[in-house]
Amino acid sequence: MELSTLVRRSDYEWWVPQTGTMRVPGIIYGSETLMRDMDEKVREQVTNVAMLPGIQRASYAMPDAHWGYGFPIGGVAAFDPDEGGIVSAGGVGFDISCGVRTLHTGITVEQIEPLKRELAHQLSRSVPAGVGSHGRIHLDDRELDAMLEGGARWAVQCGYGVEADLDRIEEHGCMEGAVASAVSVKARRRQQDEMGTLGSGNHYLEIQHVAEVHDAEIARAFGLAVNDVVVSIHCGSRGLGHQIGTEFLTDMAIAAPRFGIVLPDRELACAPVESDLGRQYLGAMRAGINCALANRQIITHLVRQAFATVLPQAALTLLYDVSHNTCKLESHPFNGASREIFLHRKGATRAFGPGHPDLPTGLRDTGQPVLIGGTMGTASYVLVGTSRSEALSFSSSCHGAGRAMSRHQALRTWRGRQVIDELAARGIIVRSPSPRGVAEEAPGAYKDVTVVVDAADAAGLSRKVAKLLPIICVKG
Amino acid sequence: MLTLDGVSKGSWAHFAHDADIGVRGVAPTKAEAFRQAAFALTAVVTDPAGVRTTDAVPVFCQAPTDELLLVEWLNALIYEMAVRAMVFGDFSIDIEGESLRATAYGEAVDIARHEPAVEVKGATLTALKVSHGADGWHAQCVVDV
Repeated sequence: MELSTLVRRSDYEWWVPQTGTMRVPGIIYGSETLMRDMDEKVREQVTNVAMLPGIQRASYAMPDAHWGYGFPIGGVAAFDPDEGGIVSAGGVGFDISCGVRTLHTGITVEQIEPLKRELAHQLSRSVPAGVGSHGRIHLDDRELDAMLEGGARWAVQCGYGVEADLDRIEEHGCMEGAVASAVSVKARRRQQDEMGTLGSGNHYLEIQHVAEVHDAEIARAFGLAVNDVVVSIHCGSRGLGHQIGTEFLTDMAIAAPRFGIVLPDRELACAPVESDLGRQYLGAMRAGINCALANRQIITHLVRQAFATVLPQAALTLLYDVSHNTCKLESHPFNGASREIFLHRKGATRAFGPGHPDLPTGLRDTGQPVLIGGTMGTASYVLVGTSRSEALSFSSSCHGAGRAMSRHQALRTWRGRQVIDELAARGIIVRSPSPRGVAEEAPGAYKDVTVVVDAADAAGLSRKVAKLLPIICVKG
Repeated sequence: MLTLDGVSKGSWAHFAHDADIGVRGVAPTKAEAFRQAAFALTAVVTDPAGVRTTDAVPVFCQAPTDELLLVEWLNALIYEMAVRAMVFGDFSIDIEGESLRATAYGEAVDIARHEPAVEVKGATLTALKVSHGADGWHAQCVVDV
């Protein structure tokens, strides 16, 4: 990105000045190196989002921002319905509520080491992954409605998990305001065989160990210590969410002129929150969030079953579950008064600071765990929300590393078998049905997640707590 | 109506888009450009040449513009791939005004033989273009994976 067009407000804060039809300025967070490497399209998309009706404070981009469709990936934008604010399907994305959850296991690296091959085998048998894979849970229409309006709470009621899990999930496991009837027949059909499946691409199930602790006090409060083994699951709302995104993206693109919304870019397809289409999308998208929460909950149940056969002494308790692609109605302070706004986070993580009333008792004093996924060969991170991030980014932070090279280029650079062998030599077991998929997801195809996390920490968006390294990776 | 005559009337390609992939078809006719874009879509998942065309799936879609029709066409294929757990190796297409009628030919996903790399979530409006130029019709957009 050409930095001369930006105003540098601090080492990690870069402003896109408010010009032309921009309603607010743009703010991009990142180190100078990250900013120089960032695609020029990010500045362009941050600028375009700043032109949308009802936007509040600023159009934000996180340190891992890259070129998305309409909104940048890593984009954060809030809209006030009282000022004609909009909701955008492109501002949420296709994989609604794609996210990460991390579980404690209560065991250490030394305990898992002699059994990791067996555990990898059991996990890959237990959790369906990859293109064309089917789950073992099939829902009829009535059950699907209950899942879409109940989320992880529905899953726990069905026996997939325990009540204590729910407190450790955003929205306490159930997104209110979901409208099952707003979800199309096609979206339902696309989900019929996909409950409890991991998916493909950058989605994964990893067994990791805590390699470093950066904030001893918070790590202790989170129950993390060096050599602890944890489980991280990265996936989303599967076919149902993809179909909801697909349908509303084109519906909104066609309808935008009818609402008198002048779009600087067709990809910003959106509808006023206070419109039939806007309300319909919100109902369906919230159902998509519940689908993702239920899906990660079912996968957690399958992982617990796999552990029970190999390491029965393990106790898998949920540290936290975060969602990346959402639009949520949240309360935020404006000049001392609280206002409700529709907050889009597209490839960004909610990062509530200490004392936030939506956090459960065990996390209210620390702030929210912010879980940042890496690749099958590099680190992941646990961070914590800060008080500062409310003013900086409506309490939002980064979500991952982002790709450094295209899938095509990765395929020309690596062979799947070679990647699996190289990681095995480093003690990391990879299980995947698709060597080509592994090559496309090679660790070298991604940016350095540590650089991104360091920037988020330095900018004050969230604070580093612990570094996790992979032991086993199950990929689609 | 294009037929499965085995004669290549166009070409397909991928183009880079950060985390996602662009699919492009180029051909003398709009329908053939859409067909080539569908080959590019399959190639995101697996090599189209390795797909047996034993099963036929009818596809119908409509949209008010050529560009949105391309998005609808690719999304229809993505949907059929997902719900049938299939991959497609050939297509016959007829476009009339705002309507597209087609048959997609393919088979059930075979993990060992197809080595499917990634699911496609949906076709986006990014880099979306259907145009006619000196070298024929271009049909392209970015698909989310």
